[in-house]
Amino acid sequence: MTTVKELGTYAQNTWCPGCGNFGILNSMKKVLSDLQDQGLDLNKLVLASGIGCHAKIVDYLKVNSFYSIHGRVPPPITGIKLANPDLVVIGHAGDGDAYGEGIEHLIFSAKRNINVTFIVHNNRVYGLTTGQFTPTSPAGFIGRSTPRGSPEEPLNPIELMLSAGAGFVARGFAGKPKHLQLLIKSGIEHQGFAFIDVLQPCFTFYNTYDFYNQKVYELTDGEYDSSDREAAFARAGEWAYGEGERIPIGIFYKVRRPTYDEKLLKGRIPVKLKPGNIRSILEKHI
Amino acid sequence: MKEISILIGGKAGDGIRQAGHTLARLLNRIGYRIFFYDDYPSLIRGGHNFSIIRASKKKIQAHKEKVDLIVALNQDAVDKHRHRLNSGGIILYDSEKVDSQGVGVDFVGIVKELEGVPIMRNTAAIGALAGILDIEWSVLEGVIKDTIEKEVDLNIKIAQSAYNSIEKVWLSVPKLNQKMLPLISGNEAIALGAVQAGLNMYIAYPMTPASAILHYLAEHEDDLGVVTIHPESEIGVALMALGAAYAGAKAMVGTSGGGFALMTEALSLSGQGEFPIVFVMVQRPGPSTGVPTYTMQSDLSFAINSGHGEFLKVVLAPGNVEEAFYLTGLAMNLAWKFQIPCFVLSDKHLSESIFSFDADPDKVKPEDPLLWDGQGEYKRYLDTQNGISPLAFPGNSEAIVKVTSYEHDEYGITTEESEQIVRMQQKRLRKKKTIEDELSKHEQVKVYGNLESKTVLLCWGSTKGACIEVAEELGLKVVQPLVLEPLPINSLKKVLSDADKIIDVEVNATGQLAKLLSAHGICIDDMILRFDGRPFTVDFLLEKVKEVLS
Repeated sequence: MTTVKELGTYAQNTWCPGCGNFGILNSMKKVLSDLQDQGLDLNKLVLASGIGCHAKIVDYLKVNSFYSIHGRVPPPITGIKLANPDLVVIGHAGDGDAYGEGIEHLIFSAKRNINVTFIVHNNRVYGLTTGQFTPTSPAGFIGRSTPRGSPEEPLNPIELMLSAGAGFVARGFAGKPKHLQLLIKSGIEHQGFAFIDVLQPCFTFYNTYDFYNQKVYELTDGEYDSSDREAAFARAGEWAYGEGERIPIGIFYKVRRPTYDEKLLKGRIPVKLKPGNIRSILEKHI
Repeated sequence: MKEISILIGGKAGDGIRQAGHTLARLLNRIGYRIFFYDDYPSLIRGGHNFSIIRASKKKIQAHKEKVDLIVALNQDAVDKHRHRLNSGGIILYDSEKVDSQGVGVDFVGIVKELEGVPIMRNTAAIGALAGILDIEWSVLEGVIKDTIEKEVDLNIKIAQSAYNSIEKVWLSVPKLNQKMLPLISGNEAIALGAVQAGLNMYIAYPMTPASAILHYLAEHEDDLGVVTIHPESEIGVALMALGAAYAGAKAMVGTSGGGFALMTEALSLSGQGEFPIVFVMVQRPGPSTGVPTYTMQSDLSFAINSGHGEFLKVVLAPGNVEEAFYLTGLAMNLAWKFQIPCFVLSDKHLSESIFSFDADPDKVKPEDPLLWDGQGEYKRYLDTQNGISPLAFPGNSEAIVKVTSYEHDEYGITTEESEQIVRMQQKRLRKKKTIEDELSKHEQVKVYGNLESKTVLLCWGSTKGACIEVAEELGLKVVQPLVLEPLPINSLKKVLSDADKIIDVEVNATGQLAKLLSAHGICIDDMILRFDGRPFTVDFLLEKVKEVLS
């Protein structure tokens, strides 16, 4: 058994003090530890990340990992899951990764319903490249590439994922780790593509702690029906990633549908497949 | 008769390729060796399609401009190709649709009378052709039964009616006492070579002229034990394949130049992260969209120089179906042995032409990569004497497997320390020696023709077919490197050492192989370049070589 402490590595942590990524890292450790207690073999777990501050998370966790390139987390995790569907696969991405450079892959992951969990560390700013606007920065965002303010409206990833057909759509807040842990755990347990947008303040370039602390509220069972897609759209529309009064967090939508890996593989496990006999195929070519 | 060439032409939608295919099999079944060239524009209906089927007693891997027979399903087939006819050649045409001299048969009428659909004119054409060539009816009937999927009986009736309408043997093609060989395209040979080397997953986005690899493997998934995937883009393709390889699946991707351009960031990741992966690049004329359904060898420089940063790769260039089969198998095995990207560089002419396949399937076998022994703590990038780190896969051992696009330490954690950076780059590049030793066990440079000749036709890839026949005719020597990266320069220098005149023959506008060899101190005397999207035919190249030699 690996303890929470043993889940760490010798890599020096280089996130800024106060970074929202700590909340996500600690939540991950807790969730992985809990899942291990419930019987998950951590050797079967694979984490992936893109490029940006978020991505360092794979250096800080002593588990199998695929440190990918910018925007390209969904394709390798899809490849991993399809090659060996026995693996439990979690992708981490930044908002630049997920909603900018690699948005096509994200949409297709939702459309296909590949059975992986996808966690977006959404700080709404490019941190590692020192402060430019991202697809979810508010209109007018003043950054180093937009000194006179961003001329673009932000993208609403919750609406995007609902439209793309994701069967599990959630939003968390790095400042509410207990709630986030529940979301991540539900996401991992969900059979299908589980999308979690995590609001994550960037202490250095876009400190949104106070903003979120004032505005987030939890969608709770009993008061909210997460199987109602129309309701999910309504809640998703409550906040458009700009200004706003109330920001719902929690599971917006959850429905079990056949997954891509189930439909494509039909029980086959590619890493265990044995090649067929080509002689009989060649005979048909005479 | 030593050989016969037949052109069959019509508009897109007439089923020209299908008819050509049936004809090729017909000639195959009476003992001939086949080369089948398919010429079609990038459209679905209309335009002009034609196929040339050349059948010979001996093995051939090229076609000729000149033909002995033209089968015309429309007027264009006569008007555009009449000049190709050898003296004594015959035109077989649909008398309802085409105005020509030769043998007119009312294909439209036969199909109508038997209540077939218009595309079945191609069956009528094949029936009539079999009559003209004096091929036994039972052979044609067998081929139709084995090749046509729908309405077999109706097609047989139509073929028979056309066959019986021919009252005279125009050009007898005698049956040869040779064993029949499978007829496969270069793309099919690539697919089968990969399967034989243990392919688990083939991932590709459709792009002519590579799409047939995807189609073929998808169609035969269950028989071949392969999973095929068609993702959102070539970027997705290459990254998915790296994920699959990380998990332990042998993966291959295939595309043409434009698609490969999108894959180059993943290629570079495979260099940094040491992923075993096979890229099949089937060239077509560029730049950009270029001429999608025609052929070119203009991505040699691109392939060997692709990917940012410095890392090892192997580029293999097959020139016929046997080489496509063996070299794809080799690429797969090398990729896994050395944890590097390996390329199979084909082109439309090789990939979409059909050849008689004479290879021993058992010569390609999956070779085991170096696997972790399970002792101690696993380090994905263990710094070893030959640079090769043992592999482990997530989920099947106690190993924690960390792969990364960043420079990293042995464990796979990011580093920016100068000593580590140098150490890991040296570790990766150190594999070069072992790769070259391994490659030297294989045939890297082929030599054909008159080995004593001091005049050499230098070529690579599909151009070899025409070069060999021209060399045989003129008493010249042919040199064809199969490995283009790392270039087997010593082997090349050895076979070229006593050459007085090296004539470089390539299907591109700048002579990319010539440039590559010049950079290694091999002087090229002349270049014969063709870059109109068409491959060299034997007779076309013969004239060009004669011009250079005169």
